[in-house]
Amino acid sequence: MAASTASAALSGNPNLTSSHKPHASLSPHSCLRFSTAISRKFPFKSLTTIPFTTATTAASTRRSTTVTASSTSFHGLCYVVHDNIDTDQIIPAEYLTLVPSNPDEYQKLGSYAFIGLPSSYETRFIEAGELKTKYTIVIAGQNFGCGSSREHAPVALGAAGARAVVAESYARIFFRNSVSTGEVYPLETEVRICEECRTGDVVTIELGESKLINHTTGKEYKLNPVGDVGPVIEAGGIFAYARKTGMIPAQTA
Amino acid sequence: MASSTISSNSTTFIKKDVGLSAFSSSPSSFSVPKTKRRNSRKIVSVMAPQQSPRSPSTTGSVKTAMTMTEKILARASQKPQLSPGENVWVDVDILMTHDVCGPGSFGIFKKEFGQNAKVWDREKIVIIPDHYIFTNDERANRNVDILRDFCTEQNIKYFYDIKDLGNFKVNPDYKGVCHVALAQEGHCRPGEVLLGTDSHTCTAGAFGQFATGIGNTDAGFVLGTGKILLKVPPTLRFVMDGEMPDYLLAKDLILQIIGEISVSGATYKSMEFVGSTVESLTMEERMTLCNMVVEAGGKNGVVPADSTTHKYLEDKTDVPYEPVYSDEQARFLSEYRFDVSKLEPLVAKPHSPDNRALARECKDVKIDRVYIGSCTGGKTEDFLAAAKVFHASGKKVKVPTFLVPATQKVWMDVYSLPVPGCGGKTCSQIFEEAGCDTPASPSCGACLGGPRDTYARMNEPQVCVSTTNRNFPGRMGHKEGQIYLASPYTAAASALTGFVTDPREFLQ
Repeated sequence: MAASTASAALSGNPNLTSSHKPHASLSPHSCLRFSTAISRKFPFKSLTTIPFTTATTAASTRRSTTVTASSTSFHGLCYVVHDNIDTDQIIPAEYLTLVPSNPDEYQKLGSYAFIGLPSSYETRFIEAGELKTKYTIVIAGQNFGCGSSREHAPVALGAAGARAVVAESYARIFFRNSVSTGEVYPLETEVRICEECRTGDVVTIELGESKLINHTTGKEYKLNPVGDVGPVIEAGGIFAYARKTGMIPAQTA
Repeated sequence: MASSTISSNSTTFIKKDVGLSAFSSSPSSFSVPKTKRRNSRKIVSVMAPQQSPRSPSTTGSVKTAMTMTEKILARASQKPQLSPGENVWVDVDILMTHDVCGPGSFGIFKKEFGQNAKVWDREKIVIIPDHYIFTNDERANRNVDILRDFCTEQNIKYFYDIKDLGNFKVNPDYKGVCHVALAQEGHCRPGEVLLGTDSHTCTAGAFGQFATGIGNTDAGFVLGTGKILLKVPPTLRFVMDGEMPDYLLAKDLILQIIGEISVSGATYKSMEFVGSTVESLTMEERMTLCNMVVEAGGKNGVVPADSTTHKYLEDKTDVPYEPVYSDEQARFLSEYRFDVSKLEPLVAKPHSPDNRALARECKDVKIDRVYIGSCTGGKTEDFLAAAKVFHASGKKVKVPTFLVPATQKVWMDVYSLPVPGCGGKTCSQIFEEAGCDTPASPSCGACLGGPRDTYARMNEPQVCVSTTNRNFPGRMGHKEGQIYLASPYTAAASALTGFVTDPREFLQ
């Protein structure tokens, strides 16, 4: 396309830029079974080792630095759920009137995380009267986050203080939204660790070594590599990735 | 090629693990309108450079055959060729959002593009309040106000507003359930890419287009750029042949499929529906089929456009469109074949859409209520089907039966259209005679629970037969409630007996 045509075509959309660089090659051979190239709104909140007693920061105080996955670890108590935990169990629909971009409503949304789980889950993710959870890591079975495309689900987990989810598999929209919001880090393992770990076990996730260590049982589990979502995550999400590749202009301070 | 025949609920079911083998998918013989798709030329220049064309090799053309989904995404990304697993920036034809996800999406758009930024195309954004409308919940009402403010500020062309919550009929712009409204208002067109901040956006695949649900962040990006980064999904092909028995509906077909492949069996895959049975389905029934692909984990569902599609669209849109079809040598991950004539009415028992059972096997399950509504089971034909059962029985319902038309048009149809074979009676007359609740204001209603004062919400741990799409714990309100997903036929039959009931008791 001629330069004049290009500028004319772009004049209708100031949110795009004509100085476009080819986007990074994203391998079609994803190691993450159900992954897609995905985005996130904020750099991940917990990009250093997190003591499990630390409460989550509010939406307004999220970290603005991006650290590569290889240097990241998560540490804390785990909360264990099983297969097909859908978005209505993560955050029931009656709470979807809360708008997460409002800091007060963000906190309130977090206080309802996992409140939709049936009574067979005797241990509550968030104790009565509390806004935050003491569980840093969620361990799940297959098809975690199935159901709605609502971003409120990963946001609620992150707002409650969860840092990562380790599941056998994810529903694809939840996986994409987890990375796009930066609220929780979605990881996969082919081992059915939801049968081997118990709620309250102390665990560490070492992303650089792709492993989860259960300190309570002394067992270690291999985690799947993040696969072709890597370039988007490393860029800092879809907006940062698009800016890096020239798809949209850089933000002015 | 090896194939296995699986006995499944008396249905002949054949699965072929085709390992990306070729299958024919020729369109039916009909006249395709000679229309050209209006490609947006606005932002072509920001795309990554196209690969240079490859010359044919000695073994024949290098160009690989593509499925419908691959073709749509290839065209929308200005690529001559795409294969499953490739990641591409795709041009979006329509972006839809509603009152639950709109406010968050707008917030992200403003944060990333600036408080005064303009959307990429005010005529390609469709905003439909539908989830939490008829409620006194202050935040829910505020969220509709946020939609209105954004639409005014951005001069959005397609905003289906509601201001007077006391009487929906005095709001001429108000439609109701977004997925049904999108179709009725002509926003669904073959060959296009439609995204929505709702997982059941896949409903629009019934029109031979790529349609899928996205989150707020992706929607915020699309609002500003008109583009989204997508991975091309592989395609599962479902071939349904045989004459559809008069006691079955598309809901039974999709419950059969989900029961067969499981709630994660199509995760990040496209589901393409073909065969003589599919060709015989109306547009609304095709919408039911595609609506629930997400319940199998599907990225999208798609039905090839044909004369039925074009006839439906005739009076709904004047936007040119160009259908696409899977090539004869297109590669499918697996092919599933069904002889629909042998299928029986089904339900999905609590607490999963893949917990399939024959309706007749659940005849001892006592129920407390019936719900007919939603994007899945609240369309005009769904109410006509329910009315047919009520009329055939001549009896009154034994349990509270809630009726929530999906849109204002459906509501009017319920009150005005004569039910075929019922002596000129309308659905509303038949429902009244059967003792059902008066049809409610059109919205998503209790399908997803919602605020406590939502009409027909399950606030007690009851047992419900519902024409909706999900039955995970808490979906319709109370987390100890039990939901049996069923067709409108089965729902109506169950209302008449107070137990889960096979509709053949009244239809044969």
